[in-house]
Amino acid sequence: MTPVQQNRRRFLSSGGCGLGAIALSQLLADDGFAASSPVRSELASDTSSAMARHHFPPRAKNVIFIFMSGGPSHVDLFDPKPELIRLHGQPVPEEFLKTLADPVIRGDARCFGSPRKFTQYGESGMAFSDYLPSLGACADELCMIRSMYTTSSNHDPGQLLMQCGSVLFGHPCMGSWVTWGLGSESKNLPGFVVLLSNSGEGVDAGTALWSNGFLPSNYRGVTFRSQGDPILHLSNPAGVSQRLQRDRLDAVGQMNRERLAQTADPEINARIEAYELAWRMQMAAPELIDFRQETEATRQLYGLNDETTRPFGANCLLARRMVERGVRFVQLYHSTWDDHSDLNNHLKKNTSMTDLPAAGLIKDLSQRGLLDETLVIWGGEFGRTPMHEIRRGTTPGKEGRDHHPFGFTILLAGGGVKSGFVLGRTDELGYHAVEDRVHVHDLQATILHCLGLDHTQLTYRHHGRDFRLTDVAGNVVHKIL
Amino acid sequence: MMQIILFADRRTYQFPALFRNPVFDEAGIRRGLLLAVFLFFSPSASGGDELNRHSDGPPAAQAASASDFQRDVAPILSQRCLSCHAEKARGGLSLHSRDSLLQGGDSGKVVIPGDAESSSLWQRITAASESEIRMPPEGPRLTKQQQDVIRKWIDSGAEWPGGFELKSPLAAAASHWSFQPIVRPNIPPTSGRNIVRNEIDSFVVSRLESEQLSSAPEADPLTLLRRVTLDLTGLPPAAEDVRSFMADHSESAYEHAVDRLLHSPAYGERWARPWLDLCHFADTDGYLTDQPRPVAWRYRQWLIEALNNDLPFDQMTIQQLAGDLLPDSGTDQLLATGFLRNTLSNREGGADLEEFRVEQIVDRTTMLGIGWMGLTVGCARCHDHKYDPVTQTEFFGLYAVLNQADEVNIDAPLPGEWSVSKEQAVVEYRRKRDELVEPVRKALEDLQRAWENRMLEAVAGPGVDPVWDRQWEVLGLVWGGHFGEGQLEGCEIVRTPWSKRSRDEYDRLQDYFLAHGSLIDSAAFSSLKLDALAKQLSELRTAVLWPTRAPAMREARVPRVVNRHVRGDFRVPAETVTAHFPAWLAPSADQSLVLNRLDLAKWLVSPEHPLTARVAVNRMWQGFFGRGIVDPSDDFGLRGQPPSHPELLDWLASEFIRCGWSVRKMHKLIVMSATYRQSSAYRPELRSIDPDNRLLARQVPLRFTADQVRDAALAVSGLLTKRIGGPSVFPPQPESVAKEGYSNVWKTSEGPDRYRRSLYTWVQRLSPYAHHVTFDAPPTNSVCTGRTRTNSPLQALTLLNDPVFFEAAQALARQILAEDAADDLVRVQSLMLRTLGRSPVGGEAAILESYLMQQRSIMAESPGEVRRLISASSESHSTDATPDKSSITAGTEVTTEVTDADRELASWTSLCSVILNLHEFITRD
Repeated sequence: MTPVQQNRRRFLSSGGCGLGAIALSQLLADDGFAASSPVRSELASDTSSAMARHHFPPRAKNVIFIFMSGGPSHVDLFDPKPELIRLHGQPVPEEFLKTLADPVIRGDARCFGSPRKFTQYGESGMAFSDYLPSLGACADELCMIRSMYTTSSNHDPGQLLMQCGSVLFGHPCMGSWVTWGLGSESKNLPGFVVLLSNSGEGVDAGTALWSNGFLPSNYRGVTFRSQGDPILHLSNPAGVSQRLQRDRLDAVGQMNRERLAQTADPEINARIEAYELAWRMQMAAPELIDFRQETEATRQLYGLNDETTRPFGANCLLARRMVERGVRFVQLYHSTWDDHSDLNNHLKKNTSMTDLPAAGLIKDLSQRGLLDETLVIWGGEFGRTPMHEIRRGTTPGKEGRDHHPFGFTILLAGGGVKSGFVLGRTDELGYHAVEDRVHVHDLQATILHCLGLDHTQLTYRHHGRDFRLTDVAGNVVHKIL
Repeated sequence: MMQIILFADRRTYQFPALFRNPVFDEAGIRRGLLLAVFLFFSPSASGGDELNRHSDGPPAAQAASASDFQRDVAPILSQRCLSCHAEKARGGLSLHSRDSLLQGGDSGKVVIPGDAESSSLWQRITAASESEIRMPPEGPRLTKQQQDVIRKWIDSGAEWPGGFELKSPLAAAASHWSFQPIVRPNIPPTSGRNIVRNEIDSFVVSRLESEQLSSAPEADPLTLLRRVTLDLTGLPPAAEDVRSFMADHSESAYEHAVDRLLHSPAYGERWARPWLDLCHFADTDGYLTDQPRPVAWRYRQWLIEALNNDLPFDQMTIQQLAGDLLPDSGTDQLLATGFLRNTLSNREGGADLEEFRVEQIVDRTTMLGIGWMGLTVGCARCHDHKYDPVTQTEFFGLYAVLNQADEVNIDAPLPGEWSVSKEQAVVEYRRKRDELVEPVRKALEDLQRAWENRMLEAVAGPGVDPVWDRQWEVLGLVWGGHFGEGQLEGCEIVRTPWSKRSRDEYDRLQDYFLAHGSLIDSAAFSSLKLDALAKQLSELRTAVLWPTRAPAMREARVPRVVNRHVRGDFRVPAETVTAHFPAWLAPSADQSLVLNRLDLAKWLVSPEHPLTARVAVNRMWQGFFGRGIVDPSDDFGLRGQPPSHPELLDWLASEFIRCGWSVRKMHKLIVMSATYRQSSAYRPELRSIDPDNRLLARQVPLRFTADQVRDAALAVSGLLTKRIGGPSVFPPQPESVAKEGYSNVWKTSEGPDRYRRSLYTWVQRLSPYAHHVTFDAPPTNSVCTGRTRTNSPLQALTLLNDPVFFEAAQALARQILAEDAADDLVRVQSLMLRTLGRSPVGGEAAILESYLMQQRSIMAESPGEVRRLISASSESHSTDATPDKSSITAGTEVTTEVTDADRELASWTSLCSVILNLHEFITRD
């Protein structure tokens, strides 16, 4: 172990007051990539020091988690249920309800057969709703888990469970755990970035979803904003030109070095580094968000020329450009899929905005040879009931579905998971996951596994206890690897 | 590493005895101290790669080591094996002695001395993570180094010193240092070669001298003034304070400054912060809707005043935990219980009220355990604590006490707010209200009773009638939302017999019923015209100037029966648990009585309690040295780190009790010590001996907390509004920050409220103030006993580019230019004095002057730069405009004429901004 790593561990194992100089930042990870060139082929020369922190050889280097917040309806998008259509309008058969303790999902609602048409795609014959033709066309690149289940039926705890492994806020999210465990490969961008493409309304569980929790704050997700500076305070103060900014940085550096000479405090060195890195971020970010170098074909792939698909598409493209430049973990939000009423129209709207760009991202990553090392995840915190929403009425044509934690679907692509593969199934109504059940903690264990991390060993001491992403649960889903 | 103490044969080490025996010979001290050093540097209990840090330890530590078994092998067995394989003998195997080791377990021998490869112990600890035979079955695998230790030990014959026995953590707890009574240690002798100003120094110096080390010299007076001002008030010293300190040549100049600071109003603001972190104070509910709690600040106000009045710590404890139960309880004592009101409230539709109420009680129990006892009792929510002797039943014994407390808001008029005429207005309100209600009272009350009964039936038998389940749920979800009222207060009123309800409760529930209760009989609602009545009553209520309310706690009217929750799941109750406190810690009040919060608070601050005083002084110490004597400061249990200076900790604890729990006296004692006053200059010669400065051979530079960073910029630039207390404020920040949460709005404050101390910044749990997050403010979900300090480029971006800091630079430049100064150098000196509390040294003045000249020449050529530099302000926050293109490329020149004064202001703004970005500016040296 090198002294640097040793120091790092010492810092990381101590709660309370840390040593900033040692854990300067995920951004200063000792992974030794060239700062000047953001191109992957040049970056890929050195993975040895990063490997040192893996528990075993990784399948994936990066993650793009497309978080469809609000709970997309599995029975209208991925999980066709003829039996549900047959029972449409009838009470839910007793055997489906007997295991329920949930106060919201009560038995007096009627079955609600999906109005959507499903088509089988690709060699695997994976079924997708007619609202998702583009993702369907990627079927042979995708791994679909139809047997997900979770343990919370509220948004806030459900989202926290999915991202942070706990229904209570204050725990580090997956992106924080991963960048803490593996560091970053980018020297001028944050290792963990959050992209919000919702229109105005925030994500239910808020910033807790990309919180570092009790990990050092360097591992918090850095939000790339669609309004104003992409990174908070990235641009110079109003009135300060680039020339003045550089002069200012030089003077700050000179003064800090003068102080370093006087006191020999190593923390000052870290501060000097942090300022230089801040400058590099200022320089790199405009290049990152400048899509002018992208071809027309690429623009079309992401739907950038269409008003409907552009907001989400721009974030998908940004996500690709980020992993290309060594960003380790991208969380990409789209909200909200919380369709308590008028489900059919809302689904149409959300899928129109996201289907093409999400598929475009997968195709683009695949074409560029990046999909092998990038794990893409598409999914929300839970699914939706196979019955009508009972709280807000059942006006014909305006039906909605309620939150449903007992069975739902997510998609995975790349990063070493099987492609053209469907795991598990729900019962005939899409109510309970019944075969190859995958809990949220299992999914998390699997994601970490793909990154070369053992979820039981990636622990952090806090309040006298070793915490981990998967709490005390989680089993790697080997069947999809 | 504590397990070394645990298994240490006391005839050999006598380590625990060191804490109890007030008289010990020099050799005993030395042996104990050496061991303490060794303990400190030996691998941490997390069992990570730290094992190889042995080589980092001081030479003295290695000299103190016993056999390889004791030093290397036993800690691994103790940490990772003995909780199952000692007294419990899982699988018939106990590893507590050589005989039992060699005997093996149900599946045969586990160790073949001399042949690790054939020993099943070795096979199991090296088995793959997924293997069924892996040991330990849970937690991380043993590290490579730990495996090597075991292999070498077995290969070399599995030596085990004769008669040496290990204990499981549980058995070992009986002798754990922090559970022993606090006995005031004797003051150790010192050589006289190092400065000793008070008792603290005797302990620190004696320890240093035993390591053949010396203290650092005292810091220079100006550094010291800046340090102590920041530590006691959270603010840098004002220029006039620096000047008057320099002019005071008396022996007691420093003490004068200390006394002035200890009695300044800012003292209470500074020291409120650790308490607010402890109770995880916030201005909102948390969870999805994260609704505001507009009167949460009343507790903060109480806290600042209590600290400024030096309310003794035992009283602080009693009032915050049980102020409402004191026989002479008044508004002040009720305000104190606001401490317990900072748990989260879930108001999302569908949330199970009881589930989240239970979370609140668990949160309070956890906070109490860590905050007063340094014990992670929260671990015992689901099962007996794995390392500390806290059983799950004991957890629920404490839980049972806190479970009887209900959240209520009280009328608590601010000073000067209330008057006879206002009181009269309330009387008048009630009279008019009666007039309006009277014609329908009988019918209305009958309806309301029926409505309440339906809901109470639903609570008693959930699942029978979802509609009424939902009515109850809604009552709990919406009651007092947006006003920060106790979320379940409405439910509690419904549970209270009508005759026991206060007039206020009667009225408020009636209002709620009129607004939400028509389901019981909508026909009757319309025939009685109750909607119209509701409207009239609502208008009547809003016309009254009610006293300001405040969050508080109240003992439940109907005692709750507490059951242990199987695996921590409130839906799976086990046996009933009565309120009780862990008796192995300290004797408690008569356990035959029904113990309440007041008993609990008194038990915590009884002089017999071994933990409270130790934990409290340790956190104080952390405030002045960056780390506690026990570090981290939240775990005094078996897996926590042992104290670096055990006798000092105990002396401080006993002194704290002796001086009547006066926090201010203890603060003075610490800052007057030579230990505190040492230079923080880096000592390269100590790097290998004491890399973490545990021996305190110098002070340490500490980066400011998030609060201090912003407060300091506001203070030195003259922008800071010095008003103490009051409601939370909304300083400028980019709009997009609040929008990250669910429908949150940040309505930026106007005028002086933009420049209040950060302590008063509104805390929106789900989208916290961005600057605070960047500078390591902790999440507001659970108890925090100490902040981390990172160093990141996002911090650099904030200081460089956040309009708040640039505005401070402009304001500072104006102040400097307004001074009567002969030349640039005088101004530069004044700038340094204001910001860093010292004069320039070395090449600093030259660097700054040359930068100033460079800026002047740019400004002379570019009127556009000048114009933009002097007109920008933090107003630009409010728009979140797309980045100004002019800041990316060189600005387009604006041809408006600028004056020499403008150019000077622009140049000095640049210079001031440089100073505000210096590492030293945000560091307390």
